[in-house]
Amino acid sequence: MRILPKHTQRAAIAALGGATLLTLSLLVFIIVFVLEKGLPVLSLRFLFTNPQDMGRAGGIFPTLVGSVVLPLLAVAIATPLGVGTAVYLTEYTRESRLTRVIRFGTDCLAGIPSIIFGLFGFIFFVTTLRMGWSIISGGLTLAFMILPTIIRTTEEAVRAVPRAYREVSYSLGATRWQTVRRVILPNALPGIVTGVMLGVGRSIGETAAVIFTAGSSLRLPSSVFDSTRTMAVHFYILAREGISTENAYGTAAALVIAVLSVNLIAYWLMNRVMARRS
Amino acid sequence: MTNKIDIRDLDLFYGKFHALKDVSMAVRQNGITALIGPSGCGKSTLLRCLNRMNDLIPGCRVSGSVALDGRNIYAPDAEVASLRKRVGMVFQRPNPFPLSVRDNVVYGLKVAGSHDRRQLAETAERSLRGAWLWDQVKDKLDAPALGLPLDQQQRLCVARLLAVQPEVILMDEPCSALDPIATMKIEELMLELKRDYTIAIVTHNMQQAARVSDFSGYMLLGEMVEFGETNQVFTRPADKRTEDYITGRYG
Ligand SMILES: Nc1ncnc2c1ncn2[C@@H]1O[C@H](COP(=O)(O)OP(=O)(O)O)[C@@H](O)[C@H]1O
Ligand SMILES: [Mg+2]
Repeated sequence: MRILPKHTQRAAIAALGGATLLTLSLLVFIIVFVLEKGLPVLSLRFLFTNPQDMGRAGGIFPTLVGSVVLPLLAVAIATPLGVGTAVYLTEYTRESRLTRVIRFGTDCLAGIPSIIFGLFGFIFFVTTLRMGWSIISGGLTLAFMILPTIIRTTEEAVRAVPRAYREVSYSLGATRWQTVRRVILPNALPGIVTGVMLGVGRSIGETAAVIFTAGSSLRLPSSVFDSTRTMAVHFYILAREGISTENAYGTAAALVIAVLSVNLIAYWLMNRVMARRS
Repeated sequence: MTNKIDIRDLDLFYGKFHALKDVSMAVRQNGITALIGPSGCGKSTLLRCLNRMNDLIPGCRVSGSVALDGRNIYAPDAEVASLRKRVGMVFQRPNPFPLSVRDNVVYGLKVAGSHDRRQLAETAERSLRGAWLWDQVKDKLDAPALGLPLDQQQRLCVARLLAVQPEVILMDEPCSALDPIATMKIEELMLELKRDYTIAIVTHNMQQAARVSDFSGYMLLGEMVEFGETNQVFTRPADKRTEDYITGRYG
């Protein structure tokens, strides 16, 4: 017996719509759950005062600083490296066995659990290079962790720039670098920013790799060679060691709001850039 | 009249595929030279040899010579970027950058290192006038180029090219995305432009070739079957295959 297209069509709508609905409600549920528990604790005072007694009392100011500084450093290191690599692979080399190997390598790198990056960072930056548990060790480690994502998204974005733009640019006498700078990068910007924001998001939420490399000091860092604790690590330690469930949720709420705002700001920036360009 | 471009024994391979076979022809200074022939016969390929756009295609090999003012552009010491400033191209589909009208026109000047605002503005105006677009866009130089109607976009592409003051303009089916009235305008523009420039055009439209060109080449399967004065090619073709094509018996 043949099922009528009309029915399969309806079933498809129901299945796909249902999947979307389930995803959305899970997302909303998580956010509402965290905010409901955490918002009562969250206040400007909580954000901007130092913790006392391991975080049992007081605020989370040093971890807020850690959560701003570490991802910023990671992105500042990874973006030029990643964008440079991606542009080199797509615009300066012909597709060959080597580029395929490199691409396969970055894809593998993207799938490696963060704790392995943490271990690598610990052995290489913290111990071998004697940087100690520090913001710089953590930033470098996170940079390596998010590098594959930035390379991949940038590559996709660069590839999506219409061939016609390149041809016109070259036909007007532009060099390869001029074409990259004036045509390809501006047109690939939305994709690049997406990759960078994904990197920021992953860095803000990371715990394992950070504990291994940046440590978990609750003191306010005064240089990149000081250890620091991020909000995510703070939450982990508070919850894991049963120090304060209340403050753990307060921290979690701050973390969720931070991630949401990063995404919103990125979205807003994107729209402004796009509106200006077309 | 002298030859601006001399093509001698040109062969081109895309990998193993022999796309141009021993092609020889000339592009007359201040004339319009048309390439006609069925789709896939190598017209675009030949045109793109004239400013080395095929260099961008992996696996593409060229042998033979293309002399611009007597100097082989495929010589080892030839400079591609400066060649492309002398021999510019208008593409099949209007392809302005997603930038403002002004930024489109001055693109070539900027990559050539010119940043003087007054000079850029003057060149922009002169080029837009040259492409018969000034009156339509003078009040919206900062508007997005992609918002213009297609035929204005194509003339913007011409203006963008005129701005770098090329000597030769290559046009690859420049009217195929345009309606008949817009096509007429571009054809008139070409006739005007040939006073100052040398033009080579690919077209699948034989009437167009007959209307605007001084010389025509008929290509088939990568070969230049016949090349000569347009008038002669269209009225007294020397080759049977040309005659079949012209009279519509090709196929
Ligand atoms: N980049 C390319 N790689 C391989 N073959 C190509 C490429 N471009 C064109 N060709 C082939 O070369 C031949 C000539 O193409 P083209 O010059 O575009 O023809 P026309 O412009 O006359 O329609 C066609 O058979 C086409 O399939
Ligand atoms: Mg063609």
